[in-house]
Amino acid sequence: MVLLKLKFPFQKRVRLAQGLWLLSWVAMFSGAITFAMGVFLKTELYRRSEVMHNMDIHIVPNLLMAVGLASVGINICAGKVCHDSLDLSRFPRWKTFLPPFFCISVFFSSLLLVAMILSFALQASLEESLKIGLKNGIRFYKDTDTPGRCFQKETIDRLQIEFQCCGNTNYRDWFEVQWISNRYLDFTSKEVKDRVRSNVDGRYLLDGVPFSCCNPASPRPCIQNSLLDNSAHYNYEYQTEELNLYSRGCRQALVSYYMGLMNTIGPCVLLFFLLQMSILVSLRYLQTAMEGVLGQENMEIETEGYILEKGVKETLLETKEKMMKLFQLAQVGDASDATPGTEPEAEKPATA
Amino acid sequence: MAVLPVRFTKTKRDKLAQVLWVLNWISIVTGIILFSLGIFLKVEINKRQDLMVERNLQSVPNMLIAVGLIACAINFLGGKICYDCVDTNKFLRWKLVMLPYIICTFFFTLSVLVGALMCYSMLGQLEESLTLGLRDAMRYYKDTDTPGRCFLKRTVDLLQIQFQCCGNKGYRDWFHIQWVSNRYLDMSQREVVDRLRSNVEGKYLMDGVPFSCCNVNSPRPCIQYQITNNSAHFNYDYQTEELNLWMRGCRQALLDYYTNIMHSIGLTVLIIWLFELSVLTGVRYLQTSLENVLRQGDPECESDGWLLENSFVETARTNFNIIKHLGKFNQINTASNGDPNIDRPSTAHYGPDNVPPKPSPTSS
Repeated sequence: MVLLKLKFPFQKRVRLAQGLWLLSWVAMFSGAITFAMGVFLKTELYRRSEVMHNMDIHIVPNLLMAVGLASVGINICAGKVCHDSLDLSRFPRWKTFLPPFFCISVFFSSLLLVAMILSFALQASLEESLKIGLKNGIRFYKDTDTPGRCFQKETIDRLQIEFQCCGNTNYRDWFEVQWISNRYLDFTSKEVKDRVRSNVDGRYLLDGVPFSCCNPASPRPCIQNSLLDNSAHYNYEYQTEELNLYSRGCRQALVSYYMGLMNTIGPCVLLFFLLQMSILVSLRYLQTAMEGVLGQENMEIETEGYILEKGVKETLLETKEKMMKLFQLAQVGDASDATPGTEPEAEKPATA
Repeated sequence: MAVLPVRFTKTKRDKLAQVLWVLNWISIVTGIILFSLGIFLKVEINKRQDLMVERNLQSVPNMLIAVGLIACAINFLGGKICYDCVDTNKFLRWKLVMLPYIICTFFFTLSVLVGALMCYSMLGQLEESLTLGLRDAMRYYKDTDTPGRCFLKRTVDLLQIQFQCCGNKGYRDWFHIQWVSNRYLDMSQREVVDRLRSNVEGKYLMDGVPFSCCNVNSPRPCIQYQITNNSAHFNYDYQTEELNLWMRGCRQALLDYYTNIMHSIGLTVLIIWLFELSVLTGVRYLQTSLENVLRQGDPECESDGWLLENSFVETARTNFNIIKHLGKFNQINTASNGDPNIDRPSTAHYGPDNVPPKPSPTSS
């Protein structure tokens, strides 16, 4: 029972080959674009890798890059096959090459779908990774003299300015961390000593934020210190004040930025997947139609093209049997290598 | 005595025409590049409109845009002409157009050169415009409630953050102006009243800067207020402290930025000018060699191509005479009182001697 049979007269075959050749060039460029999109996404993730705890999300751009490169190769081959299908003398050399080629191509195209699904599925993992990374960044903000952590201050400041955000969830995260280094605290002053004594761990905590949280759109000069003390500033009420600092948390800002990137890349990847699958299906039809022509003297006869010669179940059984045979052959080969003496012995009693 | 004559065989002429056709299409691309450079410059100037006092800065990008568009049109026509020049019959179509086309293109390349030179001359005007504009922007920093100036605070803050600069020439510029609005000053406090009274104009001046002057690379949290007071902060010496605030002035930062842009654009336009000039020279050689072919009558023969038929001086003299005669043609000859027949030489033929006969005697 042939799967999805179609009749192909000579003209239709020629047109199919030509159209497919053109389409394979388009798909080659789309593959290059997919690769470029993967590279872009990877660089964007790398730029903020200091505030990310793990690199799980990097699998999405890695898949995109791999599939992009593979599809460039696949589509070049497809173009060559189409070019040769118009010339009967050159087509037969592709005969053994095409079945594994189809398997590999289908595998790589399905990787595209996997990448798309992963980009949605890994959102929670990205958020968790950012949560831990930002928490560490804010904790080590003051350690500008510790090697390995000395750039955290600059990283966090630049991040807050560029993404217009403050803290992990919001600005209050800064109240729970000592972000001023002890090097710049005057321990002889009473105020400092009181603050350090007032909490269990002996940390200098205050209701203030770094300057990078300041919102330039605020009509008044930035209020960074004594944020919860209304009387410390003239005409100020922290419960209603919205423009003074950035109200968004950096975790949410980064997650929406990356989700935005992936949501833009997603439809393009889907389009490319559909294009690639249609090319593979058409190529399969062309291959089977051309196989009907091989061995005949007249090239211009009408042939049939199909996707699978037998039904899906039967094809699967056949491939399984083939694989078993290959496996057995390999085993027998091993057995005969291991015991070379048994054969001549078997021959001896026969001659005796 | 022709200027720079070159001998052209038929194949050489054809090759020249083909090469010029390709070069004209490349020139269309360079015309598009000029156009986009003009648009880019216009956008860059408009982005910082608030910080510049109005001067004639828009003329340079407008000129680049116009020149780019005209270049596309001229080179498209040039491409068509060169494509047709391979065939002598088709050349006859363009014969009369070619010389005016070459003259127009020559003046056009002059305008490209002028555009390139304007790019470099713009910088002087830009510096003046920026100095005044930044001074005003800083003065109106606090006026976030005045319509027309309410966005200056945001503009200046974003400028200082993006260009990593502070104030006009340095951070001390902020000490001379009141950048905290009176709306946020508690007039009942003694300290505020003292400060206001301590200077002539009643301005609230302090040795502090806005948060946007803070340097991101500083190892310590930013010190914005009481900058010149060493005792107000622990372990702080403002004379040796370099990383706390941005040290560069915004005028210098913006000027460096625009200088880079203008130099790159100027260089690109100069290169495009040289390219256009070479294409024009090629078209002139093609035109003169094809005209000489027509003069000699044989399409397959060799011909000379040149830039000018006679030397520079003679060509200038001839053109000058043409212009003078054009002027004379309009003048009326007033000496003969408008009668066109006086002083005209007789055209009658009086026999082999050409002696007019004596008048016959009349009887009185």
